[in-house]
Amino acid sequence: MKFTLKIWRQKNAEAKGAFVTYRVEEISPEMSFLEMLDALNKKLAAEDNDPVAFDHDCREGICGSCGMYINGHPHGPVPAVTTCHLSMRHFRDGETIWIEPWRAKPFPVIKDLIVDRSAFDKIQSAGGFISVNTGAAPEANSIPVRKKDSDEAFDSSICIGCGACVAACKNASAMLFVSAKISQLALLPQGRVEAKERVRAMVEKMDELGFGNCSNTGACEAECPKEIKLTNIARLNREYYKAF
Amino acid sequence: MGELVSKIPDGPLAQKWTKYKSSVKLVSPANRKKLDIIVVGTGLAGASAASSLGELGYNVKNFCYQDSPRRAHSVAAQGGINAAKNYQNDGDSVYRLFLDMIKGGDYRAREGNVYRVAEVSNDVIDHYTALGVPFARDYGGTLDTRSFGGVQVSRTFYAKGQTGQQCLLGCYSSLSRQVKKGSVKMYPRREMLDLVVVDGRARGIITRNLITGGIERHSAHAVVLATGGYGTIYYLSTLAVNSNASAAWKAHKKGAFFANPSFVQIHPTCVPQLNEFQSKLTLMSESLRNDGRVWVPKSKGDKRPANGIPEEERDYFLERRYPAFGNLVPRDVASRAAKERCDAGYGVGETGLAVNLDFRDAIKKQGRKAIENKYGNLFEMYKTITGKDPYEEPMRIYPAGHYTMGGLWVDYELMTTIPGLYAVGESNFSDHGANRLGASSLMQAAADGYFILPNTISNYLADQIRVPAIPTDTPEFDEAEKGVTEILNRLISIKGKETASSFHKRLGKIMWDHCGMSRNEAGLKKALGLIRELREEFWQNLIVPGSVDELNMELEKAGRVADYFELAELLVMDALNRKESCGAHFREEYQTPDGEAQRNDAEYTYVAAWEFTGEGKPHKLHREELKFEEVEMKVRSYK
Repeated sequence: MKFTLKIWRQKNAEAKGAFVTYRVEEISPEMSFLEMLDALNKKLAAEDNDPVAFDHDCREGICGSCGMYINGHPHGPVPAVTTCHLSMRHFRDGETIWIEPWRAKPFPVIKDLIVDRSAFDKIQSAGGFISVNTGAAPEANSIPVRKKDSDEAFDSSICIGCGACVAACKNASAMLFVSAKISQLALLPQGRVEAKERVRAMVEKMDELGFGNCSNTGACEAECPKEIKLTNIARLNREYYKAF
Repeated sequence: MGELVSKIPDGPLAQKWTKYKSSVKLVSPANRKKLDIIVVGTGLAGASAASSLGELGYNVKNFCYQDSPRRAHSVAAQGGINAAKNYQNDGDSVYRLFLDMIKGGDYRAREGNVYRVAEVSNDVIDHYTALGVPFARDYGGTLDTRSFGGVQVSRTFYAKGQTGQQCLLGCYSSLSRQVKKGSVKMYPRREMLDLVVVDGRARGIITRNLITGGIERHSAHAVVLATGGYGTIYYLSTLAVNSNASAAWKAHKKGAFFANPSFVQIHPTCVPQLNEFQSKLTLMSESLRNDGRVWVPKSKGDKRPANGIPEEERDYFLERRYPAFGNLVPRDVASRAAKERCDAGYGVGETGLAVNLDFRDAIKKQGRKAIENKYGNLFEMYKTITGKDPYEEPMRIYPAGHYTMGGLWVDYELMTTIPGLYAVGESNFSDHGANRLGASSLMQAAADGYFILPNTISNYLADQIRVPAIPTDTPEFDEAEKGVTEILNRLISIKGKETASSFHKRLGKIMWDHCGMSRNEAGLKKALGLIRELREEFWQNLIVPGSVDELNMELEKAGRVADYFELAELLVMDALNRKESCGAHFREEYQTPDGEAQRNDAEYTYVAAWEFTGEGKPHKLHREELKFEEVEMKVRSYK
């Protein structure tokens, strides 16, 4: 397969970026999107040109490192798939593909397709935990948890922190990310103890870092590679109101 | 360097750890905040160590190369985490877990260490549950378990096929709490490029800021490496593509012995290679072997679609060869059996390098819903990658490089041969012998970081309370930084024609062909020559674009590959030295008539710990004899 790529290139945070056109050939449909970019980068590097910078690591859809806007969608056009798992068979031979970094004020561009997502770590540090020291835990089966609650907590817990929800949102809201953690811990008896402090701290930090509010368009849910549900945001709101 | 002292406490096995803990030197809470500890890595071992040490009140600096600690590769572990809770009333105990690990590791691990990890395994489950890790539960609200390869009890706690992610996020949450408290300071997007040793003690590290390219000095009273394994030495592996051995290797070159480097686990159930540009092989959790049956056609080169091959023409080769354990034999046994069938011409798929993992019978018996509940995300992942639906046709799987049992040599306190330098999790060699059993890596990494290291490090730090903060403007730091800068400049100024990835791929092929699932003397010797030739070529024909003082991913890769060339050689040397087959180390010359691994206990019941003696000089072998006081060494049999 052959493709024309329009890739956002930006030398560093201060530089002005622009789209640059590349052509790649001999791409096999089994290749992943990142392997297609690897092929481009191999060619660029071998000719002593600066390769396209992008974050990536596990390449199996779980670490949350990778993420880019592909043809107007975070992680590309296929639902429930991260960029590293996006297969080239989903593109038409000869297609022009537009590739951009996440665009959100709290995620400034570092270089090319790499953005700074440390704001997520800051929100997590504000309260995304249960305060228990090593050694202080009770026997694991001493607190029974309804299977339904536990399963639901699991469904919220699988967020990979990639930032697609923020990138997809017209308000750059981090509500889906924050609500997934809030829900996971609010659904478990272990997490109820400090539920109020947690939700207040995380929401406050989220606002302070410049993430926008939720206006219920549902773009985050539609684009989330892990299919985190909008109902988490409803629970976040409920938890937040209950916290005062 | 003198004799290797493992520091295993005296006394009965079951009391060693308790006895150790009650006699170890302590640091008072008031003194802890005066002591700095560097932790490199934020996986299960690193994040748990950093957070626990932070809780104790030490001053912790935690480093990772990723943009966030939550991305460390523990996140990708799938199947589960073991503990000896005996919630199933199926005869499990700390002792049984210990025995299974000793046997699974083919009698090449230390009794004392293994017993200890089994002993604290239950605390790990308690702690994760308290942290809100949503392990699978039964309808009564208690925790569920499942069985895993190489054992006959059900002791594996799990969160669907994402147990590693859930445990890592648990660690990340406890780490985040310490970051808020200020006891841990995070340094993401930093790569450790050297260890600084002052007067024989580990006192700091040199890092490169991966955004600015800036070289930085960090000092501490003790340094903990939690930098994972070196499975990416094969290029294609189940590891994250940026996983690397550089931190451990630099420490090795500063005096930390490297133990059993050739003990590498090849995981039997991975998605086979689909194309030439492939950058990694995705693991399909071993838990799938609980319900999936492994088979190949009975006739060679049978190209019919799997569903079109009738029952009587299928060879369920694991069930045939190992009736007692069937599809649940340990990973090394399953991998070699799959390779044997493929090499003999019975493999499936276009390349013939794959076997079937079939869920037809399980779906028929338990219903699609039950299978979906257990493995839903894995089936989806398989479908995403291959475009094929495992509910409708068997998965195709093939072994891939996965876990390295070898690593930095550590004593019972998890200290390396450099005083003040510790290694935890996969980066050390200690608990898995020659082969790791499934769901034991999460257990060991968390045990090391949460429960073992915080109890042993005080024994060293108790003598350090009068040592003021370590200055970084000393000749030792100058020299280490100079060394780092020189290597970076050298890599970037070669200006040849071939990229680091391309060299890495070629090195990986040499290693896979000659030092992978099975090895022989001629192949290993050939590999040595090939590695040296390729290394020469690397230093003459590498190209790294850009400069050292900017974000430069090609430069990062080049440094890691350069270190892999050196480690590859040691790995092969170690495989050559060990003239026996044990666990995952299979030397073709040493096998039983029916093709199983044949140990040589008389000559090789030891840990091979290698000392770096200088650039271009041969490594020196030190032997730590393994003493089995509790268990009787037997031929490992899964038949």
